[in-house]
Amino acid sequence: MPSKLPIWGAIAIVIATLLLAWAIIPNLHPTPKNEAVADQFPNDQFPSTYKPLPSRPIVIHGATILTGTDRELENASILLQNGKIAAIGLKVPEPPGSVVVNGRGKFVTPGIIDIHSHLGVYPSPANEATSDGNEATKPTTPEVRSENSVWPQDPGFSRALAGGVTTMEILPGSANLIGGRSVVLKNVPSVTTQGMKFPGAPYDLKMACGENPKRVYGEKGGPQTQMGNIAGYRGAFEKATEYREKWRKYWKSKGGDKPDRDIGMETLALVLDRKIPVQMHCYRGDQMATMIDVAKEFGFRIAAFHHATEAYKVADLLKKNHICAVMWADWWGFKMEAYDAVPEGLAMVDHAGACAMIHSDDPVGIQRLNQEVAKAMAAGRRMGYRITRAHAVGWMTRNPAFALGILNQTGTLEKGKMADVVLWDTDPLSVYAHAEKVFIDGALLYDRDNPKMSPRTDFELGQESNGSTGGAGQ
Amino acid sequence: MRAILISLFAAAAMSSVAFSQPVGAPRNLQQAPVSPLGRTPNAPTAKPPASGGAATLIQHGQLYTAGAAGTVNNGDVLIQGGKIVQVGPDLSPPDGAKIINVKGRPVTPGLMASWTQLGIDEVDLVAETNDTSANQKLDSAAFNVADAINPNSTLIPVARIAGVTRSLTAPVACGEVFCGTAAVIHLGNGPDLIVKRQAGVLVDLEPTGGEKQANSRPDIWAKFRETLEDAREYWAQRSGYHRPGGARDQRSIRIDLDALGPVIQGQEPLIVRADRASTIRQIVQYAQGANLKLILVGGGEAWEVAHDLAQAQVPVVMDPETNLPASFSDLGATLRNAARLDAAGVTVVFQPQSNDPSHYARTITQIAGNAVANGMRWDHALAAITRNPAQVWGIADSYGTLEPGKDADVVIWDGDPLNVTSAPTAVFIRGQSIPLVSRQTKLRDRYRDLKHKDPPFAYR
Repeated sequence: MPSKLPIWGAIAIVIATLLLAWAIIPNLHPTPKNEAVADQFPNDQFPSTYKPLPSRPIVIHGATILTGTDRELENASILLQNGKIAAIGLKVPEPPGSVVVNGRGKFVTPGIIDIHSHLGVYPSPANEATSDGNEATKPTTPEVRSENSVWPQDPGFSRALAGGVTTMEILPGSANLIGGRSVVLKNVPSVTTQGMKFPGAPYDLKMACGENPKRVYGEKGGPQTQMGNIAGYRGAFEKATEYREKWRKYWKSKGGDKPDRDIGMETLALVLDRKIPVQMHCYRGDQMATMIDVAKEFGFRIAAFHHATEAYKVADLLKKNHICAVMWADWWGFKMEAYDAVPEGLAMVDHAGACAMIHSDDPVGIQRLNQEVAKAMAAGRRMGYRITRAHAVGWMTRNPAFALGILNQTGTLEKGKMADVVLWDTDPLSVYAHAEKVFIDGALLYDRDNPKMSPRTDFELGQESNGSTGGAGQ
Repeated sequence: MRAILISLFAAAAMSSVAFSQPVGAPRNLQQAPVSPLGRTPNAPTAKPPASGGAATLIQHGQLYTAGAAGTVNNGDVLIQGGKIVQVGPDLSPPDGAKIINVKGRPVTPGLMASWTQLGIDEVDLVAETNDTSANQKLDSAAFNVADAINPNSTLIPVARIAGVTRSLTAPVACGEVFCGTAAVIHLGNGPDLIVKRQAGVLVDLEPTGGEKQANSRPDIWAKFRETLEDAREYWAQRSGYHRPGGARDQRSIRIDLDALGPVIQGQEPLIVRADRASTIRQIVQYAQGANLKLILVGGGEAWEVAHDLAQAQVPVVMDPETNLPASFSDLGATLRNAARLDAAGVTVVFQPQSNDPSHYARTITQIAGNAVANGMRWDHALAAITRNPAQVWGIADSYGTLEPGKDADVVIWDGDPLNVTSAPTAVFIRGQSIPLVSRQTKLRDRYRDLKHKDPPFAYR
C-alpha cells in the first residue's frame, strides 16, 4: 500500500530542495552583492540642459489613434498640455486657449524612436572633418562617448524630424569591440548637445560582434578572429571587475590609498553594476548565443542585439534571456554576416514572443521608419501571421523605448507621458503618408504646411542652392 | 557599421541617380545599329524564349500598361511564345491556354531597376564575389560588366520575386575618370541573362573627396576631354594605330579607345555621374557640342538645371529619396527633385535605394512610391521604372510596357504596386512563370517554427 505523504511533508521537501539548490548551484546571474557601501562611480558628467519648448494646449479631434500599446482608437481625440499627454480617448476636455486640430481622416502615433542612429557623429556633409563616429585607434575604447562627438547642426536631424522621429539613440560606430557610450537625444534644434539630451535616459554601452572589429584591427594587432573578439570582451570585463573591486575596498575601508581613476574602466564598472546596459551590434545567431554567455559570466545586461539579421534563428533564446532584437525590414547581403537576413525576420522574432523593433542606422532610412515597419508587417502577414497595424506601430515606438529604458516617459500614447506625438495625413504604414505635425513634449517642432516650422540648421544657411528647398529636405 | 561600409565603398557612393527626357517625345536611343566596329555590339545576345508553346491568359486585371493605352480596367493579357500577344478587354483564350483570373488585381509590366550591380555582386565585402569595379588606378572604358554576369547570383531571385525583371547593371568605382561599360540584363531563367552588352560608358565627373581629391574638377575635365580627343583621333586613323609612328602617344590604351568608339560617334550613351548643378550644366553643354548621347546619373541638384536637361533631352537616372547635403556637391538635394524634373519635361528613371541598389533592388517600388508622395504623378512614377528605362537604355522595342509584341515581363500584384505593403502574386519574365522562391524564402521556411526541433534544422 503506497504511503501517503502528508502535505506538510511535501512542503518540507520542496523547501529543503530549494535551500539545497540555493547552496550548491553556482549563481549564473551574479548581481552586485549587498555591499556595506554602494558603488559611487560618477555617471553624469555632461548633464542634460534640455527644457521642453513652450506650448499651448493642443487638442487633436476625430483621428485614428494608434497608441503604441496595440490599441487602435477610431474617431478619437488627444489633449497635449504642459508637455504631457493630458487626456486621450473618444472625448477629451478642451482647455481655454487650446489649439484645435481637426484630425478627421488622419492618424496619430507616438513619436518615432530610432534606437540606432549615427546622426551628428557621422553627419551630412560627410567628410574627414565631420567623421566622428569611430575611435578606431584601439579595439576597446569604453572611455569615449558619442555625446562628445555629436554635431548638433547635422541637417540629418531635421530630415529625421520631418519623418516623425522625436527620440534617437546616437551610438559610436562598430569598428571597436567596445565602442564607447551612446546617448539618447530628443530631436530638437539646439546649439549644444546637452540641450538635446533626453532627461534621465540611461546611458548605454555600444559593443560590436563579428566582422567589423576583425576587419579594422586584423592587421593592426588584432583581434583578427571571432575568438579574438570574444577574448577581447572578456579581458576588458575581467579588468573592470578588478577595478570595481579596488574601489569597493577603498570605499569600504574609508581610508587607505585611493586607487587611480580610469574613466574607461569606470564606464565598464557601471556596466557591471547594470546601471549601463549594453547595446550589442551582432548579426549572427550563433554569435548572439556566445555573447549571452559572456554577459552571464560577468553579470552585465545586454538590452538588445542590433542589426540582428539572424535573430529569427534564435528568437527563442532572445525571449528566454529578455533581450530585444533591433532589425531592418529588408537590408541584407552587404557583407557575409548579413547574408542570411530575411524580410520576415522582424515579424518572426515578434511572433516568437521576443521583443523586436525597427532601426535605421542610416540618415536616409531614419526618415521613413514608418515605411520600414510597414514592409516588415506586410512580410509577416504574407507568411500567415496576424499582425495589426496597432501592434506594428509598437516596433518603432514602444519597443525602442523599452530597450532604451525610457518607456515610463515616452514611446506610447498614455496619460501622463511626454507629449511626443506625430500627426500623419494618412495611415502611417503607407508609402504615401507624411508626418504632418510633430510634437516633442507638447511643442510643435515640425509642421509640413508651414515652412517656418521646417527647421534649417546653421550649416544650411546661406548655401544658395539649399535655400531653394523648403527646409528639412522638402 | 554603415560608416565603415561607406568608407570602404566611398567610390561606390553614388548618392543618387536621376534622368530625363520630355514625356511624349522619347528620343530613340537605339537607333543607328551600324557599328564602327563592324559588328553590332548592342544586338541582343540572350536567345529569345522558345516560341509557340502553351499560352497564358491573364484575365480581369487592372492593367497599368505604362503604354499608350494607359490604365485598362478589367483587361486581359495574352502571353504566348514569350511575348505579349494581345492586351484588351474580353480576350478569348486559345485552345489549351492557362487561364489566370486575377479578379481586379493590378497588373504591370515587369519593373526595371536601373543602376544596380545585379549579376556582378554577391556579397559586397567578399572580394571574390564582387566584380563591380575596375582597377581603380587606371581609367577603363573597356571594363565591361557583361563579362562577369552570374546568372546564379542569389540576388536575382530576391529581386525578381519582388517584380524586378530587368536591370541596368553598371560598374561602381571609377578610375580617374572612366569607370567602364554598363549592360542590360533580364532576371529570368539563365544561363544567358544579357540583353544588351554595351548600354553606355560611365564617367564620374564628381570628385569624391579623400584620396580621390588628388583629382580636382579641372583635373577630371582635362583628362576627360583628352581621352575623348584621343578616341576621336584614334578612330579617324584606326588602321594606322599599330604602325610605328602611326599615331602619337595616347593617354589611353587601345581597348579603351575601342570601347569609346560608339560613344564619340553618338551611337552609345555616355553616362555621366554628376550631382552639382554647375557640373551638370557644363556636361550638358559639352555633350551638345560634341554630339554625344548623354545620360545623367545621380543628379542631386539636377532640378536646378531641369530646363537645360529638358531642352537637351538628357534623361536623369536618380534616387528620389536623396535629400541630404551628403556632400558639397549635393547641397540642393530635395525630395522634390523627381517631381520637378518630371514637370519640366525631363525623362526620369529611378534607381533602387542608392546605398545598395543591388541587394535592395526590390526597393524600386518604394522609391517610386516616395516620388509620388513628394509630388510626382503616379503613372509617371510607374513609367520611371518601366517605359522610361526601356527607352533610355535602348530596349524599348522589346520591353517596358504591356503592349503586343513586347517580351512578356508581367507582374500581378496583391495591392497598389508602388505601396510598401504590396507584393507580387505572380511574375512572368519573357513569358516564363517565375517561382516565388529565393534563398530568403527558404531560410524563412526553415526557421519559421523554432519549437519544431525534430528533425534538426539542417534537414528541414
